[in-house]
Amino acid sequence: MSAGHTILLILALPVAGALGIALAGRIGANLREAVTLVCATALAVIVWGLLPEIMSGERPSFTLAEVVPGIDIAFRVEPLGMLFAALASGLWIVNSIYSIGYMRGNRETKQTQFYAFFAIALAATMGIAFADNLFTLFLFYELLTLSTYPLVSHKGDTKTLRSARVYLGVLLTTSIALLLPAIIWTYFAAGSGNFTSGGILAGKLEGPAVGLLLGLFVFGIGKAAVMPVHRWLPAAMVAPTPVSALLHAVAVVKAGVFAITKVVIYIFGIDFLASESSGNWMLYVAAFTIIAASVVALQQQNLKRLLAYSTIAQLSYVVMAAAILKPLAEIGAALHMVAHAFGKITLFFAAGAIYTAAKKTEIHQLRGIGRRMPWTMAAFTIGALSMIGVPPTGGFVSKWYILAGAFDAGSYIAVATIVISTALNAAYFLPIVYLAWFARETSTPANDHGEAPLAAVLALTITAALTLAFFFFHQPVLELATQIFRGAP
Amino acid sequence: MSSWSNHLPALQVIVPMLTAPLVLLLRPSGLAWAATTIASALAFAVAIALTIGVLDGQSFSYLMGAWPAPYGIELGVDAFSALVLLVVTGASTVALLAGRESLNLEIDAHRQPMFYAAWLLALAGLSGIPVSADAFNIFVFMEISALASYVLIAGGPDRRALPAVFKYLLMGTIGATFYLIGIGLIYLMTGTLNLADMELRIHEVADLKPILVAAGFITIGLALKAAVFPLHVWLPNAYAYAPNAVTVFLAACSTKVALYLLLRFDFFVFQPNLAGHDVQFAYFLMPLAALAILIGSSVALLESNLKRLLAYSSIAQVGYILLGASFVSLSGLTASVLHIFNHALAKGTLFLAVACLTTRCSGLRLENISGAARSMPWTMAAFVVAGLSLIGIPGTAGFISKWYLILAALNEGTVGIVLVGVIVVSSLMAVVYIWRVVEAAYFGDAEAGGAAHREAPPALLAVTWIAALANLYFGLSPSLPLALSTSAAETLMRHVP
Amino acid sequence: MELLGLYHYWVFAVLLMIGFYAVIAKHNLIKKLIGLSIFQSAVFLLYITMDKVEGGTAPIIQAGVADPLYSNPLPQVLILTAIVVGISTTALGLGIVVRIKEEYNSIEEHEIQEIDRR
Repeated sequence: MSAGHTILLILALPVAGALGIALAGRIGANLREAVTLVCATALAVIVWGLLPEIMSGERPSFTLAEVVPGIDIAFRVEPLGMLFAALASGLWIVNSIYSIGYMRGNRETKQTQFYAFFAIALAATMGIAFADNLFTLFLFYELLTLSTYPLVSHKGDTKTLRSARVYLGVLLTTSIALLLPAIIWTYFAAGSGNFTSGGILAGKLEGPAVGLLLGLFVFGIGKAAVMPVHRWLPAAMVAPTPVSALLHAVAVVKAGVFAITKVVIYIFGIDFLASESSGNWMLYVAAFTIIAASVVALQQQNLKRLLAYSTIAQLSYVVMAAAILKPLAEIGAALHMVAHAFGKITLFFAAGAIYTAAKKTEIHQLRGIGRRMPWTMAAFTIGALSMIGVPPTGGFVSKWYILAGAFDAGSYIAVATIVISTALNAAYFLPIVYLAWFARETSTPANDHGEAPLAAVLALTITAALTLAFFFFHQPVLELATQIFRGAP
Repeated sequence: MSSWSNHLPALQVIVPMLTAPLVLLLRPSGLAWAATTIASALAFAVAIALTIGVLDGQSFSYLMGAWPAPYGIELGVDAFSALVLLVVTGASTVALLAGRESLNLEIDAHRQPMFYAAWLLALAGLSGIPVSADAFNIFVFMEISALASYVLIAGGPDRRALPAVFKYLLMGTIGATFYLIGIGLIYLMTGTLNLADMELRIHEVADLKPILVAAGFITIGLALKAAVFPLHVWLPNAYAYAPNAVTVFLAACSTKVALYLLLRFDFFVFQPNLAGHDVQFAYFLMPLAALAILIGSSVALLESNLKRLLAYSSIAQVGYILLGASFVSLSGLTASVLHIFNHALAKGTLFLAVACLTTRCSGLRLENISGAARSMPWTMAAFVVAGLSLIGIPGTAGFISKWYLILAALNEGTVGIVLVGVIVVSSLMAVVYIWRVVEAAYFGDAEAGGAAHREAPPALLAVTWIAALANLYFGLSPSLPLALSTSAAETLMRHVP
Repeated sequence: MELLGLYHYWVFAVLLMIGFYAVIAKHNLIKKLIGLSIFQSAVFLLYITMDKVEGGTAPIIQAGVADPLYSNPLPQVLILTAIVVGISTTALGLGIVVRIKEEYNSIEEHEIQEIDRR
């Protein structure tokens, strides 16, 4: 089987999985969940199977169709996309295990629809990861927005729908009003929208136009949640927790920062962008978002909303790392996508487990919960430490590289931002950890609960382990990320 | 090709026209519907056969009664007319297939045979215009289609359709009469009615003033028929109060046919002969087109009746088609002709979705469809797909024509950049007015709205989804309409000096 | 004298404007239709007068008359068709007015608008 067919298979598999889930859902819940797991595992195996090829410098590509001359639907696997796809497909397995525990534990309705749209969202994510040009990226970007809408509005009550409206409204509007013009502009300026090593815009644009185009991209890719287009992310927290975990800590938001990183590296080119002063503002906006979102997170009482604002801040780490415009920082950006994914999915899993077992959503309710749910809270602690960037967790590794890049570029604003935000992260995460382990329960809960369902605990243990493991074994990821600047075009 | 394919241009008109009196006699009404649908499907098949022939490089020319042109009446089909024929017959067939149930609700059974006969006459007239190469013959077809459409629009139960149709009748007749005056003046100077012959004979005319006047009359007359801003006032109410199936049919093709004729006349007859006509044409149409785009979209923003909202959006879309033509360039015309096809797809699908909504909702104001998406998810999903196409999102048909339009505008220098701004702004306005409908349907309070608790009838829904999928198909693989419109644009440009 | 020599164009133009005025300015739907008929008739006149060849006879081929001078028959044929179209339009228009009268009990434009607004 040629590499091109592998790409097609990777895209088609989750879609076929969605159909299978829809059919199996009519027969029985067990079969449906088996289909989900089989599909997730198969996808991960195939995606991970591409890894050796990419590591050896190959860049398999595949053109599905030429829409009009110059505009193709084309895919090409390059290191950054490979990393993203491997991450999303791998975590889908864990997330599916968790979903089974969560959805059953909470007796959610419309579970078949839930699993089916989840699979479609994954297909869209794969499309984003492997897109070879801006047009293809845009198609799958919109597909991801539309396919996650039913997941966000899953509960179906008025409050949920209102939040889902914000979600859809912000993401669609920014992409159509800003991203699409940016893409069209790029095609006109550069004559193509293909992701090319070193960028395609050098010499085609200059002066303030560069900054303006960059602005259209950064704010147009609303999924990256750079302030002020971050509003959709807290709104999306009305979704069931597995959705928040995989989509709003990994797939969707990472699709946003992934797209921005890709645009910076492969469309603008970091050398070109560094030579144009009009693009400098991106660093400041990202730095502002990190600090502001952390401050907002400090004031949150609802656990999932706190995690959402923490996500906004962490996403801007990636954007800021990309904006530092040094290879070391770009590698840091890639690493942070992985490290944050492991840490944040663990935190969401923990939040969902607490909700399933104890029906608790607010932070002040968590007093002493560590004794009842030791596994969950241990995982939560690891995740929180990773967010802060304490060794031996994954968050330390990526922050290290971003800091190194910042020093390399002499960007003391970036250095200062990282230092301040680390302090802020500690300020909002550590009290929770303290409450959970060291405070005493004020009253015995009504349903004298213990741990969440086994599937959920299993999943969060795996991701917590991954968070720790990433500190020690990040070498392969590092090699892959280094290839962005070394590998064949 | 075999000899029968030579008769295709004539069959295109004859099939619906001869079925019409037959349908009048058929009882019960179901049989009349079936006969009409079969005739329409046959016409569609003929249009497809013609398109295949045209794409093969074949040119169709048919001499009625074997009288040689320019003395006899000539029928001819090229890429441009093939594309318009596809739109006309396709829209008619889709509307008929989908419209059975909604027409049963709107029209008494005993009146249906007459209604379907009028439908076939409208179809015959609308497809007669693109196949005909004779200016007067075109006038007759235009009036056949117009008279039949008045009947169709007035056929519904809504009494507001009557004043609307009366206005349409007055304006339509004035438009047709203007066209007739123009033809008369040209005939006076050249002694011919055959379009190709006209182009040649005008060379010999010493005094071009009457031709200039004729150009004015014909342009204004056809602009009236095509609802070019500011001559659009008949359109919104006529579309809004017509039976739903009729709106699907006419919204997709009636203004397009007038636009087709306008372009054909201007490029075939006037551009090669009147010095500087291309500039006048451009300077006349470009501001009108820009105004149509902006004003049509803004009114649509404020409109709360779903069908009127879409009708105003049609006025803006006519503006896009004219804008492309006003560049008088190959890429501009390609965009223009392509948009004729793509807009018909998008707007047809939107009106089909509206027809779905009418079967279950108490009315078509936004508050009536409040929360409808919960009981009618498939209908609203189709609406969203077609809405995205109308906005021009990549992956849908609407993107392709907007892409070419922007491409063409950027070739025009500074003016072009301003016009790109107009296109972008109006696309954003389209986002907003489509969003208003989506918001009402998805997020509105289902209890407050009159939305019923069932999905639309399966046949209607199936056709709607076929149309919605066509929007996606032609957005991802637009080679067929693109080949036709490129070829059409080349033909048109060949006549510009 | 040149201007008056082509007086049939003047008749055409004046009739056209009278009809056009009535269509636009009158509020009574029947009067509008009358205006529309005048408007169309003006065009019929344009066609019918344009075919006259000075000194020409009816376009009938007669035995023994070689190469006679006759008027152009084609515009007359054309306008016959146009007249039929005109009659159909007027008839349909009147039909619609009758239906409007039934539904609204008025044939005054502003009264109908008033009723619809309510």
